[in-house]
Amino acid sequence: MPLLRRPLALAIALAIALTGLAAAQSLTVYAGRGEALVQPLVDRFTAETGIGVAVRYGGTAELAVLILEEGRASPADVFWGQDAGALGALSLAGRLRALPDALTAGLPGIYASRGGLWVATSGRARVLAFSPERVDPTAWPASVFDLTAPAYRGRVGWAPTNGSFQAFVTAMRVVHGAPVTESWLRGMIANDVQAYRNNTSLVEAIAAGEIDYALTNNYYLLRYLENDPSFPVAQGFFADGDIGNLVNVAGGGIVITSRNVDAAERFLAFLLSSEAQAYFTDAVFEYPVVAGVTPNARLVGFDALLAASPDVDLDVLEDLDGTLELLREVGLL
Amino acid sequence: MLIPASLAGIGTLVPLVYLALRAFEADPVTVQRLVWRPRTWTLLVNTVSLTGGVMALTTLMAVPLAWLMVRSDLRWRRWITILAVVPLAIPGYVVAYALISLGGNQGFLTQVLGVAVPRPSGYWGAVAALSLYTYPYLFLNVRAALLGLDPSLEESARSLGYGGRAMFRSVILPQLRPALLAGWLVIALYVLGDFGVVALMRYEAFSYAIYLQYASAFDRTYAAWLSLILLALTLGIVATEGRLLGRRRYARVGSGSQRAVLVTRLGAWAPLAHAYAATVILAAIGLPALVLGYWMVQAPPDAAAWRSVTEAFVRTASVAAPAALATAAAAMSVAYLATRVQLPGSRLIERLAYLGYAIPPVSLALALVFFSLRSVPWLYQTTFLLIGAYVISFLALAIGPIRSALLQVPARLEEAARSLGRRPFTAFFQATFPVIRRPVVAGTALVLMVAMKELPLTYLLAPTGFHTLAVRVFTRTSEAMLAEAAPFALAIVLFSSLFVGLLISYEGRR
Repeated sequence: MPLLRRPLALAIALAIALTGLAAAQSLTVYAGRGEALVQPLVDRFTAETGIGVAVRYGGTAELAVLILEEGRASPADVFWGQDAGALGALSLAGRLRALPDALTAGLPGIYASRGGLWVATSGRARVLAFSPERVDPTAWPASVFDLTAPAYRGRVGWAPTNGSFQAFVTAMRVVHGAPVTESWLRGMIANDVQAYRNNTSLVEAIAAGEIDYALTNNYYLLRYLENDPSFPVAQGFFADGDIGNLVNVAGGGIVITSRNVDAAERFLAFLLSSEAQAYFTDAVFEYPVVAGVTPNARLVGFDALLAASPDVDLDVLEDLDGTLELLREVGLL
Repeated sequence: MLIPASLAGIGTLVPLVYLALRAFEADPVTVQRLVWRPRTWTLLVNTVSLTGGVMALTTLMAVPLAWLMVRSDLRWRRWITILAVVPLAIPGYVVAYALISLGGNQGFLTQVLGVAVPRPSGYWGAVAALSLYTYPYLFLNVRAALLGLDPSLEESARSLGYGGRAMFRSVILPQLRPALLAGWLVIALYVLGDFGVVALMRYEAFSYAIYLQYASAFDRTYAAWLSLILLALTLGIVATEGRLLGRRRYARVGSGSQRAVLVTRLGAWAPLAHAYAATVILAAIGLPALVLGYWMVQAPPDAAAWRSVTEAFVRTASVAAPAALATAAAAMSVAYLATRVQLPGSRLIERLAYLGYAIPPVSLALALVFFSLRSVPWLYQTTFLLIGAYVISFLALAIGPIRSALLQVPARLEEAARSLGRRPFTAFFQATFPVIRRPVVAGTALVLMVAMKELPLTYLLAPTGFHTLAVRVFTRTSEAMLAEAAPFALAIVLFSSLFVGLLISYEGRR
């Protein structure tokens, strides 16, 4: 079958050529963040430092699982995910190496990781999105626990399979205990809460008129509003300190088998530079993690965020297993 | 013949061994608690009823259309055939997204026509979305079978006094059986494995539960168990298909060669037939085109965007094309073994190919990561391994049409060639291959189109920095940047449509 053999040989040649290409790069990053957001920043890093970067884009969770599966042979130098849970899973499995203190020093308490194995690169808050047309702002819920009341029956949406939602449930378990969390979950289900795939679907479901409230992250709606200022959805925090206002992070760590530790550290330091931080908040609508960078005007101010956010250590978000077990128990997973 | 087939068989066994290794890592008590609970049962029932619904709807869409394209004098048959296959190229979530954005307060129908309809979701939403882009699998299979149907059978039946309906039931339908079964099988397995559509439609099926295990639990053990249950379900379906297919004879036994197919004159029925074809095609292509068009208008791409589309396109084609050719070669040898060689293992390899298609892509990718790093580390994260993964995953797609065609070709054609002194290999290529060329080409095209839009295998196995069109679409839509994703999605659809057009005109020149 000479006709069939030729493309195969071509493919082998191509494969070898591409492997050679990959070897010429000096830093390999597994990024669970969107390419359109990240690549401009990576290009800037290369322009400033001369360090070539090859990025593997994918889902945060799948890339974390990939690093676990690769084990000692992992070609990754840096893992950059958008959920403290994934970073926690890699830390617990011993796949991340300790970062130098210089990287983590000076970050506000809500962005600190006690283990020092990974560092937050940007922050995002949990909010309650709502329809200004169908929601009376004077009857605003003070706490996420109020949503089990009859007034919210069938009107609230959530995304139980989403990493940010699960991190929020983990925090609730740690702060309020498993029995309270379980009865809240069951109360929500009994109150006909609507489940969606992810945060984007939630925001769109409010616009479409399917639901009136949604438990989501703060930056998705802001992107819709940027494209269409008349988009019929708004968002707000619960009362200060309520667990429903949890602050979560996107962050990065250095894979323990990395042979490019210097370049990897420079990459993380670059993500914490005021240039990169300004980009996260201006273009991605997230909160900067370092002092001195002004958050995007569309965001609630940093002081308001600090006041609203509950006092939760991000390291506790590592305990995802208990949350998943609870979610399975109540039949959500 | 035996070598590519055994390679394919072994390739499929790799992920099976991996899943078993992972599954038995866990302690039995945990496994029992995780697996034997009411939710597993609910998921199973949901999955089975979803599969049944999609099989029924795709049959209603594909079979009449295939008959019209092959056996009627309907005008513009060539164009309708091309358009009917294009939906294969459309990424599933684009179809689901298109359906969803029709309804609701912000939806197309409300904004443009002022008709407020709820957004489709749940069981019927999932059935509709899945059917809209899987029906071409059945269409291609049935079409190939109808093209290969020997008209003399029908003539004999007519001479024996069979009327239209009786003829269809006792002559045409039995001949279409292998094609229907192969098409249904592929669709059923596709539905078992899909998670994008069911997630968007908020319908809880098995595959989605598996995906969630990897995505949220970082837990490879429970996911392995769920995958094994899904594979057991697959085995059940494949075995049923095998039993139904049986060892019947579908080839002509008399002497002489086959004549051209009979054509039915539609006459006054033609407008109705056109309306039917138009409905199917408008729903399957029109809706997604509308959504992609809308996104494109929202944020028209600039020159840099088009450059990166071109670059991603070249990369995608550089893996999809070799994968399609390699898959077709392997499929030919597997189908040949299964239909011609009466070895005990030959049917087994064919069945294994279907398992390869049914293994959840994330499990398959992780299995190849695990084995390649331990046995052939120099292959890890090369396009070569990625192509291998495509072959394992898509082999079943190409086997269906080829097997149906081989069943319709009498073995004595090849025996005659060999009696004239041809060596077996040459005999196959000179006597049998010309007859099965069309389904081989169709199978190759099918794999090419599916490989062009493949996502999970690609982003876990491709060389780092090797961003295909599908990866670029994914990394944008996952951040809700739908407008930025549109040009890449459009490139997938346009390229595949062009390719299908070329193929079908090539077929017509026979």
